[in-house]
This record gives sequence, structure tokens and C-alpha cells, in this order.
Amino acid sequence: MKNPSLAANETQMARNAADALARAGFSRRAFIKGTGALIVSFSMGGALKTLGAQQTRAGAFGENAAADSPPVGEVDSWIAIGSDGGVTAYTGKEELGQGMSTAQTQLVAEELCVPFQRVKLIVADTSFTPDQGVTSGSQSSPANFNHENLAGACATAREALLQLGSKQLDIPVDQLVAVDGTIQAKSDASKKVAYADLIAGKKFDLKVNPSAKRKPASEWTVLGKPIGRPDMPAMATGTFEYAQNVRVPGMLHGMVVRPSAVGANLMNVDESSVSGMPGFVKVVVKKNFVGVVAEKPWQAVQIAKALKLTWSPAPELPKQETFYDHLRNQKPTRDTMSVNSKDVDEKLASAATVVKATYNHPYQMHGSIGSSCAVADVQGDKATVWSPTQGVWHQRATLAMLLGLKPANVRVIFRRGSGCYGINGADAVTYDAALLSQAAGKPVRVQLTRKDEMAWENYGFAFTIDERAGLDAQGNIIAWDHEAWSPVLGNRPVYTYPGNVITGFLAGFQPEEFRPRSPAPEPNAYSNNPNAVPSYVVGHVGGSDHGAGTIKSERVLLHNVVSPFWTGPLRSPQRLQNTFAHESFMDELAARVKADPVEYRLRHLSEPRMQDVVKAAAKAANWDARPSPKKRPVTSAKVASGRGISCVAYEGDNGFSAMVAEVEVELATGNLTVKRIVVSIDAGAISNPDGLRNQSEGGALQGMSRALGEEVTWDDHNVTSIDWKTYHSLPLGFAVPKVEVVLLNRPDMPATGAGETAITVVAGAIANAIFDATGARIRQVPFTPERIKAALAS
Amino acid sequence: MSLISLKVNGQTHSLDVDPTTPLLYVLSDDLGLRGPKFGCGLGQCGACTVMIKGETVRSCRREVGSVQGAEVVTLEGLGTVEKPHPIQKAFIDEQAAQCGYCLSGIILTAKVFLDKNPKATEKEIQEGMSRVLCRCFTHTRMLRAIGRAQKEMAR
Repeated sequence: MKNPSLAANETQMARNAADALARAGFSRRAFIKGTGALIVSFSMGGALKTLGAQQTRAGAFGENAAADSPPVGEVDSWIAIGSDGGVTAYTGKEELGQGMSTAQTQLVAEELCVPFQRVKLIVADTSFTPDQGVTSGSQSSPANFNHENLAGACATAREALLQLGSKQLDIPVDQLVAVDGTIQAKSDASKKVAYADLIAGKKFDLKVNPSAKRKPASEWTVLGKPIGRPDMPAMATGTFEYAQNVRVPGMLHGMVVRPSAVGANLMNVDESSVSGMPGFVKVVVKKNFVGVVAEKPWQAVQIAKALKLTWSPAPELPKQETFYDHLRNQKPTRDTMSVNSKDVDEKLASAATVVKATYNHPYQMHGSIGSSCAVADVQGDKATVWSPTQGVWHQRATLAMLLGLKPANVRVIFRRGSGCYGINGADAVTYDAALLSQAAGKPVRVQLTRKDEMAWENYGFAFTIDERAGLDAQGNIIAWDHEAWSPVLGNRPVYTYPGNVITGFLAGFQPEEFRPRSPAPEPNAYSNNPNAVPSYVVGHVGGSDHGAGTIKSERVLLHNVVSPFWTGPLRSPQRLQNTFAHESFMDELAARVKADPVEYRLRHLSEPRMQDVVKAAAKAANWDARPSPKKRPVTSAKVASGRGISCVAYEGDNGFSAMVAEVEVELATGNLTVKRIVVSIDAGAISNPDGLRNQSEGGALQGMSRALGEEVTWDDHNVTSIDWKTYHSLPLGFAVPKVEVVLLNRPDMPATGAGETAITVVAGAIANAIFDATGARIRQVPFTPERIKAALAS
Repeated sequence: MSLISLKVNGQTHSLDVDPTTPLLYVLSDDLGLRGPKFGCGLGQCGACTVMIKGETVRSCRREVGSVQGAEVVTLEGLGTVEKPHPIQKAFIDEQAAQCGYCLSGIILTAKVFLDKNPKATEKEIQEGMSRVLCRCFTHTRMLRAIGRAQKEMAR
């Protein structure tokens, strides 16, 4: 089923081609906004055919996009047909290791009816690609695979090519078909004209038409197929260029020196402590930002280590042992109500039974395996950076603020780093390299140390969550009350907040302001992005139901407080934490009324796609239908086994998944082994089934690592999770469970996100399986043997 | 600084470097190789792995002066896009990566392990891979690829 023999299709523009454009003073933005005819064509060899200068014309673009981005509503921003008939596509949605470049290439090939190999995808470069914000939040498929943006541009372009072909061939459009880069007569394939002869050298000059007809999934021959990733051979043979491999002529090497403690200020710098060291170029200081520049990387490491700095004392951090209580008691808060039927207290008071439980989730980190790295070349009033940032346009805007340059003079070129899973150190290290380059006047490369990557990144949110439900005499849920506390500080830098990540803050920029708000305003528009609303309630807001469930009495309230550490999106941000609480609690309710956990879920779900993923996972796992916990056959057994289920409507409607986990627990030690994971996923129309499987398998195991071992720790002044001994990621050699993925393809439904769906349900499925095996409920992540043992004892 | 002679992927290089520099820095920056990568600098993750005398070496922790004259093989020395080693081919065929940053560690550790234990069981292979990390958690595919390569190499 795989197709690894496909010719390597570079997913980035060849460096020399990009540089040639830059040298010629060419701007793709100018091309798109210009009025004259012009063609830039990259043949498969990447050769540049034609260049020309154009006048820039201002225009109205996407709501939040940079003003000078190629406008997302123009076909020419996305597609160019070369004089050799090759198709160049421009996308803001990056390849982060999830196969998105392959899937987007499939999409373009399919919609424009050209072979996969004839499509060249240019990814995330502010000189060429439209501003699509960040590549995150499971938004790449919804954004680019439905009717807007890339897919919409392709469909519009195909319709335009059919029109042009009709004129050229003098045959009505309905008697024509697009095949292999030509428009030809349905009845006579010899009557045809190549795209290149119709459009090469010209702009489409068309708005993206969201009503342009997409090819129906039943006709797909490239999209929807398990095409192998063209970047895989280079990755497996060590020749792929990551951000960490970018080298530019005359490049120096930098390292940063972060504060001695969280909140410490720089008092003194003793440059003489390092100025005589081999390779020394410069010490760079900007408020609390400190870095060094050297000729060679190892010299920079030595110099950074030897540099004598004096830092002020810093206030003590909150104690980790009592941190969840600290969150509940902290003031001020920013309160958000997602749903409120206003009858929850009354319903709970009249319920036959009220069940309550509290769940805790720690800060976790992205912990990219390659520490973050960027190369910056800041010369005078211009800057070019090669960065693994998830948002090149965001990076451009905030980098310009940091350097005091005009955004238009900053070019950000995406280069893939190691897997990021959200905002790792990519934006911060790009700032680091740029600050050092600006001071040194030469290109500078910075790769963070392991400690600097881990100790100062924007962590995934800690949470403490109270769940409360009322049951009627028959055991049905009649009211659900959810109240959570979660700390926040900083975030993605977006267009205006370089201080949302550590480097910008150290250099003097404040993070986005914390805006207290209590009590929460009543909800007037429904959003379940954070999955704060459980799947089992009706989600009634603004006069209609938006939820996936049947429970009418509902209240969901969040209190954000200020975090001592930087926070930001980590794969399934908030969604994973909330879902762990909801799905554990649902299991507790089922157990209370002695119902089978699958049947009890189905009983309270109204959304058919949710019911379908639950049924599909249960069926594939050969679900043992009965109440939990399992009756243990022999009381003297040393190991108990059990199964658990969990499910989610990701962000309410951005993908559906259910998971069955089977575990064994060693009763004397609390040692847990996950034996099998069955995950079902409905992500709408599937673009690449093998890519979706890979994402779901990886999500299942990454979720398992997060559930079993991952927790950021700290002492009075510093984060103490600073390497792989102090932050526990499951290695390749752990007892890997059998992972089975069930795909529910919905060819006629919109494509949803898929990168964060499976991971969201893991902790709940495992916690529920532990309960099934042992009767012990574990309500705090990670599920360490000590915690399991303690739960067994209570 | 001193003159160091290093043989990497069959090519001999004479380099004027500080002999205490970790081998990884010399491979990445002086020789411009892309296979071995900086992951932790602590020998914990495996991303910097190279082979010397049939053993895996964490190049971020090995001084270049100590491998003078030895033959170093990196991921790009194991095979090429045109002619991949059976393990590399198995990884490509199984699509056994996501970001792929860890692959030097995974593939070279598997190569050394299979060379020494050609008949290893699935469980033994898993144990043999206990000191390398993949943060995308492509574990199931990677272990499947190693199993596939094992069969291929036994032919």
C-alpha cells in the first residue's frame, strides 16, 4: 500500500532559487498584487525561469493577516502554473513531522489533475506564502482541505483552466475534462491543450471561490491514498535539512545564559571573565537577556559556561506539594463560563444521588528531542531568519518589534525543527539568534542547551478540576457541574507579544496582560475549543443545543490565575486535561450505578458520530460489556487486569475519537503495564490514511507517556525538570502495547483536525482500565507506581 | 587547537580543532554532516549516535581527540537515498518516523544491535532499544521496521 518509490519531491524551495529571488529584489507579494503579466516558474530542478519587478499595491486581506501578506482570497497567492506545466503551490501550513506537506501535495495534485511529482509545495516563507497564522490546533486540515484557502484556490483554478481550455479548443466546458496537466475533450483525447499553453506566464487574477466544485472523494486517485512521505528517504539517510542543519556563509555561533532563578534580575556582567577565551567575539546584554557569540559552537558553549554574572535574589516559587490548593486560593482570577443552564444547584439538590470528584493534571512540557535552533542574519535595517517557528508571519511581526526594524524588512523562512507538539523553544531561540546577530553584525546560529530548552519553555497547562453530577433514581445523569482552575502566563507571541516567551520577556517586553474578570459573564456564543464542556451535556447557548449529549442541566466554569511559569499550547491544550477529568468522572458515575461504561456513555450521547466512534472502538477491542470494577477471580492474584474506555468530540466538532485501553497492575508495587490500545477516529474525509494512522498511533503512545510519567517539577527557585533523567519520557524500549487504529472515513464530510484527537483520550482510558482492574481510582496525572499504590491502599 | 585526523564514512579529514571538542560538533559544524544531531548533549537521548568499530557512540559526549584515527560511520554513511541500508529501507517502507530527528539514534542503535543479535526476539529487540528516545512516539512503526530489517538482513 505504501509508495516509497516516488521521486523525492522537495517540500521546500531550493535554497539557491529562494536566494536568487531575494538577490533580484523580487517579491512574490509584489507579483501577486501587481497588475502586469509575470511568471515565476520552478521546474523540477528548481530553476528560475523569469523575474520581473512589479509595483506593490495595497489591498484588503484576511481578517488578522499581515497587511502585506499575499492575500488569502486570491488564487495567485496559492497556485502558479509554470511554463513547463509544473504546479507550484504556496502554503502557510507547515510540515511539523505529521505529513502535512505530503497531504497538501496530494490535495493540489488531485484538484488540479496533475501527477503528485509535478507539484512543488513552497512552505511558510514570508517572502512567498500567505499568512495563515500558526500551524497548530489541528487547524491545517480544516483550513486547507475544505473550500477555502489552498483547496478553494485549486478548485477555482481548475474551473478557470476549463474555461480557458473551452475558449482555446472551442468546445463547451461540460464536454471537457482536466487530465494530467491538460484540458481535453471528453470524447476525443487528441483535442487537448496543456495548462502551460493556457496560463503559464500569466496570473489567474481570480478570487478564491468557495463555491468552486471540489472533486468528489469518489473520484480521488491521489488524495485519500496512503502515499508515502517524499521526505522520508532523506530523513532515514541523514541528508534532510532541519533548522538545526542550516549553515550560512560567515556564520558565528551563539549561546544564551538564562537567569539564575525564575524572576531574578541581572545585576552585573563581568565580561573580562571570558574576553580572553578562544574564539570569543562578543557578550550581548539587553536588560535581562544575556548571550555570547563565538567563532565556533563549542567555544560558545565554553564561554557561556565561564561567563561571570550576578543576579538579584528572586521571590520563592509556590510549593509544588500544595500547588493545586494554591491554584484554588489564588486571586485575582479570570473567569469564563462556557455553558450555564442556571438550574444546576436546584437539580443537584433534588437528585437521588450526588457524586463529586477532583482531578489534577500537572504542567507538562513539549520536550522536543532536538533542542530548538535558529539562524539569524541581521544586517543594518534588514533581517533574515531560518526558524522552526509555527507562525512565520507572527514571528516576523514580533521579531521586528524586538529588533526595532520594519516588519517588511524582516524575512522569516520556516525550516522544520524536531517535533514541537506546540510552542516549544522555537520562537524564543529565533529571538535569541536575532538579538545576537544584530549585536554581532553577522549571521549567528543558536541551538539551546537541553536545560535551557526544558527549564524555560511555555509549559502545557496545569489544572485542578472539580466534577459534580446528580443522578436520578434510575441512575441517569440529570445535572453536570464542572469547575476548573488553571494558571496562565504568556502564550504564543502572535503579532504583538514578543514578551509571551522567555527571550522577549528578558529583553524587556511584557507578556500579554492578565485581565481579571469575576464573576464570569454569561455565555452568549458557544465554543467548546478547550473541551471544557463534557460530551454528555446538551451545550445549550444562544437558544440552541451545540453539545454531543443529552444532559440538560449543565454548568462549566473556568478560573484562570497567573502562572509562575510560562505556559502555552501543548498538543491538545486544555482539551486533554479537561477530557481526562470528564472521562474519568463518567466512568465513576457508571460504576456508581453499576452500568457498563460503554452502554452508559451511549445512553448520554446524542451525537451520532460520537456514538459511532465509541461503538467502533468497543467492537474492535472485543469489549467485555459489564460494570467496572471487574470481579477478581482469585483474591491472592498478584496482577490484576482490566479495560477502560474514553472518548471525545475534539473541540466539540473538530474530530471524534474513542479509545479502549487494556492494562495489568502489579498489586504489590503499583507497576502498570498497558497491554493494548484500540483507538477509533473520525476525522471527516481522510486525506492520507497512512498519515492518519501514524498520527493516531503516535498520539496514543505520546498520551501514554504523558499519563504515566511526565510532570514538570520545581524547587524554591527553579524548574528541576532539566533533562531526560528529571523529565520522564517513555523510551523506545518500554513495554510498548499493541496499538490498533480504526479509521472511520467520512468522504462526504469536511476534513477535521486529526493530530490531537487520539492523545486526548489516553489518560482517561488508562485510568478507567486501572479502576476496572483494581477498583482503585487514580485522579492525578501522572499515574506513577507510587500514586497507584497509594490509590490501591485507600 | 591541534591537528586531528579523522576518517568519516570512508573519507579521511585533517582538521585543526580543540581536541576536547565533542565529536558531534566536529561532524556537524566542521564537516557539515546532517545525520548525527544535537539532542541533549548529555548522552541521554541518542540523537547524536554514530558508529565506531561496530559499537554505538554518543558523539555529543566523546572528545574528538579520543577517536583520532578511528573510522566513524554516521547515518548518511550507512546508506544513501539511492542505495539505503536494509534498516533504512525498512524505515522508509514502514513510514516509521514523524519528525525524524531521532533517526540517527534509532537506526544506528538497531543496526549495532541486529549485527550482534541477528536472531533476537521481538522483546529482546525492544529491550535493545531501551536507551533511545523518540518524542513523536512512532514506536510501533519503528519496532516493526526493525523486525522487517532483521528478516531482510537474515537473507
